[in-house]
Amino acid sequence: MDNLSKLGWLAAEILLKEGFKEYNYQPEEVGVVLANSNSSLDNDLKYADTIKEFPSPAVFVYTLPNIVIGEICIRHKFKGEHAFFIQDNFDAEFIKQQVNYLLENDNLQACICGWVEVLEQNYKAVLFLVEKKKTEKSLLFSAENMDNVFNKD
Amino acid sequence: MSVKDVFVVTDNIFSPLGKTTAENFTQLKNNISGVKQHDDKALSPTPFFASLFDKDEIFIDTTNHTRHAEFISAPHRTDSQHDDHLADGVLKQVQHDIQLSYTKFEQLLIASITDALQNTGINSKDKKTILIISSTKGNISLLETEANSEALQKRVAMSTSAKLVAAHFGFQNQPLIISNACISGVMAIITGMRLLRAGQYENAVICGADVISKFIVSGFQSFQALSDTMCKPFDKARTGLNLGEGAATVVLSTNKQFEGNIKVKGGAVSNDANHISGPSRTGEELAYAIKQAIKDADIATSDIDFISAHGTATVYNDEMEANAIGLAGLQTAPLNSLKGYYGHTLGAAGLIESVVSIQSLKEDLIISTPGFKELGVTSPVNVCVSPMHINADNFLKTASGFGGCNAAVVIGK
Repeated sequence: MDNLSKLGWLAAEILLKEGFKEYNYQPEEVGVVLANSNSSLDNDLKYADTIKEFPSPAVFVYTLPNIVIGEICIRHKFKGEHAFFIQDNFDAEFIKQQVNYLLENDNLQACICGWVEVLEQNYKAVLFLVEKKKTEKSLLFSAENMDNVFNKD
Repeated sequence: MSVKDVFVVTDNIFSPLGKTTAENFTQLKNNISGVKQHDDKALSPTPFFASLFDKDEIFIDTTNHTRHAEFISAPHRTDSQHDDHLADGVLKQVQHDIQLSYTKFEQLLIASITDALQNTGINSKDKKTILIISSTKGNISLLETEANSEALQKRVAMSTSAKLVAAHFGFQNQPLIISNACISGVMAIITGMRLLRAGQYENAVICGADVISKFIVSGFQSFQALSDTMCKPFDKARTGLNLGEGAATVVLSTNKQFEGNIKVKGGAVSNDANHISGPSRTGEELAYAIKQAIKDADIATSDIDFISAHGTATVYNDEMEANAIGLAGLQTAPLNSLKGYYGHTLGAAGLIESVVSIQSLKEDLIISTPGFKELGVTSPVNVCVSPMHINADNFLKTASGFGGCNAAVVIGK
């Protein structure tokens, strides 16, 4: 796994460790909507280095940003709607609109969304689990609440 | 819930076969393929088959460069935060550190959008219009020629390309970028349809492009995914895919003035949750996306008159796709794969192939599947071996890619 996939995979582990009941949902009812600004560039630079000697298929396969979604889907058996967007900065309003469309139109019943970014020494992952039922710990799914979490140190 | 109709206003294909949809469709009717053998050491140590532009091909004229330079020296004043951001930072960095001119990737986007927007009445400067760009690798070829630096990283970032293209046309909203492997183009159409349905915008200009570089060729070679001859979708003797480069644009609108135009009726996306680089063993997940797209379009399975398949001609993709089509109850629907004409154009594929199929609806003519002779998939599908005249109202476009992604969209009259 490349660093982007490792980061997203780990963040999803932590996110789903408590309180997420996979058995509440069919595989198709859970989706993943992610974004970042540098796509898979961290791994692309590594792949570009392998071309000089011997191009590595194991590195090449991670030269796409949506592979991290695939890894999360494999791990948790999520088969629903998903998408990877490239954004200059985390656009919480856009992510909210995308996820709301999928939930309101019953494409999904639950969705993991957020930001997963790795480039060389810098990395950041902020993931949210969005479900239709309110729980004790849950916050309202809004751009403002996502931005507050995203901008926390 | 009443769903807004989303109309196809206009489209373009900018490929080695031609610079307009009409030019491309004429070439396909004459069974002319863009795929041929290339012996270019800059791309591959060994000869390979692909559909590529000529090396000296000019995509946009120099007046466009002038406009671009003007933008950098005197950015628009606007009130929006996004545009303020657009005006500072990145573009200046780009200007100083790497190069002034548009890359080939950006030129392809600009050329395709320019042709598509001609005489449409769609105003790129309208606040109600959004630009959506789809690509798998954008400017990745710069990694082959430039040393790694912060400036290079910014120049490679797809948001830099998107901003340059948006600025060229004066789009007011921040452009949306989709990079989701080989379903990017279909996903861009679905995303545009949904944004318009939700009323967030009235018009969407959706453009996909990818450029074939050593980075991409070597990767597919390392996977042993390239055919050593013309690709043979769904055929018994298929051994792999051909790569291709190009761009395509679809302009969508909910404006009632386009009533009577062809519509994007429904779409869906799914994930295999099975393997990163190999498709589902069963095809159930693509079948699910197909069924959801048909449901979203509010039509019956029997209303699908033909299928524009992904049909890459790799052993596993075509086998999985045929399974999915069977599971969705579409095994008798006429089907084509255009990969033998264009190669696999990656982030542009879903758009190029949708535009060809939109033209098929207009001309009641389904394009054939070059390279196909004898069915070589377990679950039978009805592959078009020659151009077919039918009265078609709706088609299904499918796509699948690395990361286990699948997408399906229904477009019709």
